[in-house]
Amino acid sequence: MEQHDLATVNQEHLTAWDRVLRARQPQRPHTLDYVFALCEEFVELHGDRRFGDDPAVVGGLAAFGERTVVVIGHQKGSDTRENMRRNFGMPHPEGYRKALRLMRHAEKFGLPLICFVDTPGANPNKESEERGQANAIAECIQAMTNLRTPIVAAVIGEGGSGGALAISVGDRILMQENAIYSVASPEAAASILWRDAARAPDAASALKLTAQDLYALEIIDEVVPEPPGGAHLNPQEAITTLGERIRAHLDEVCAVDLPTLLERRYAKYRSMGRYQELADVLLRSVRRG
Amino acid sequence: MKELFRRSRKSFSSAEITEQAQIPDDLWVKCSACREIIYKKQLYDNLKVCPKCGHHMRMSAHEWLGLLDVGSFSETDVHLLPTDPLGFVTPDESYAIKLKKSQQRTGMADAVVAGVGSINGVVLALGVGDFSFMGASMGSVYGEKMARAAERAAEMGIPLLTINTSGGARQQEGVIALMQMAKVTMALNRLAAAGQPHIAVLVDPCYGGVTASYPLVADIIIAEPGANIGFAGKRLIEQIIRQKLPAGFQTAEFMLEHGMIDMVVPRNELRDVLARLLRHYDRRRQSERLAASQAAYANGRP
Repeated sequence: MEQHDLATVNQEHLTAWDRVLRARQPQRPHTLDYVFALCEEFVELHGDRRFGDDPAVVGGLAAFGERTVVVIGHQKGSDTRENMRRNFGMPHPEGYRKALRLMRHAEKFGLPLICFVDTPGANPNKESEERGQANAIAECIQAMTNLRTPIVAAVIGEGGSGGALAISVGDRILMQENAIYSVASPEAAASILWRDAARAPDAASALKLTAQDLYALEIIDEVVPEPPGGAHLNPQEAITTLGERIRAHLDEVCAVDLPTLLERRYAKYRSMGRYQELADVLLRSVRRG
Repeated sequence: MKELFRRSRKSFSSAEITEQAQIPDDLWVKCSACREIIYKKQLYDNLKVCPKCGHHMRMSAHEWLGLLDVGSFSETDVHLLPTDPLGFVTPDESYAIKLKKSQQRTGMADAVVAGVGSINGVVLALGVGDFSFMGASMGSVYGEKMARAAERAAEMGIPLLTINTSGGARQQEGVIALMQMAKVTMALNRLAAAGQPHIAVLVDPCYGGVTASYPLVADIIIAEPGANIGFAGKRLIEQIIRQKLPAGFQTAEFMLEHGMIDMVVPRNELRDVLARLLRHYDRRRQSERLAASQAAYANGRP
């Protein structure tokens, strides 16, 4: 039902909330769909070597075109049973520590890193806090800020807050047309701002979480088109298109020497933020006034 | 060993605290933890720690400056002002108006005070959050001030001390706020390359995007007794697991027990602990300088 309704909505008039619903469509292709379709000889690697293996994060070695790469991604399920197993793509700390281990692996062997972002957020529960969710996310972010290998990240569904950022700091950040990336889920933001999760659609539009908004705000590098009606209506086409764009960006960043790449990554993130900087002189006159 | 646990009452200047407090308004306050009535002057003399139960009350960023040597602090980046990059307006809320109100109420431009000062003569860069300004949520100005503090420390070859309290990323700046987590962490790479330490102090409360970024990858992490520290808020977790969380969950002591921080330090001992830590890095620098000058001398000889 919802699929049909969304498909008939004019592309030009989608609200932020429409995008949220599309980004969450269970029939959208998920990380492993992309990996199996775009890569050959994928070898999945498991475990964080500390505590366990988190099914909400997948990763491993794969042949992408002529390159061997390391892929990491959040993994959602397409049905309830798989979603239960994958915890709806919400990682525990061991998921991030597995990701961290794979990032270091990519760096050690000079393999480019491709990340697929698709999570409502890091899992908020008691065990996650006990095992250091904040630390696990912080360590991933830190590792990516100066990882000595090219990184291309693509948001393929939900980019939920710190749990998404943890595997999406990189040289290029792509977003599919109907993907979202948000400081908090619209429900959480509505609950923080108004103590009313039901106002999520209001929050969605205020948060500027669509790919189009984030491209305009210069947070992401490209909006990747989806088939008419959304990726879930034609997964094969969505996968092929994104694959081509990832390839193009990977070619560009792999052509840059490492010191330059890291300098550019520094400059890219260092310039993020919008503030006003008053000249001291002006400020003084304001104070006098 | 005894020296290690020495307490020094005069270790923390309360001048900054009393100046801000405007005591005559209200001579008595009620401790929010034990509900005891406390003489306000006694509370401020005790660094806003309840003399009855030891509860550490929140301090403003300016009050925290009392941690530094008297008169050593010079503020930087005072001219950074927040903007409303998303045009965040909803039927009952406008970010621009909320900012203006918070600025008028607190006298601050945003939630962070940054600058350079010293502790026991060791010069360091400082970034302090102030929870009274929109819950010290991390937006562009917060991120920029912390990032500059890290870069300044790297340039000057001095340690960085951050005092962190926050509700998380500032919702009203959307993903731009989220990206501040990466930005500050990025800037800290410069500090690491300069071989200088980042010491993070976590005070009540510290949550969300701030906890899950630069403070939890600091070289040394210190928390105040009883401070609430975590990633997801307790209210959210309780909603999800549908049961009450145990007492002591997400406290400084909980973090220590689970290996996430180095130590829990009461406020009246904090300055001593910091001074001791800073001395270690400073001593190491002195011996490096000595070795370098000896090497230069040796190389200079034919």
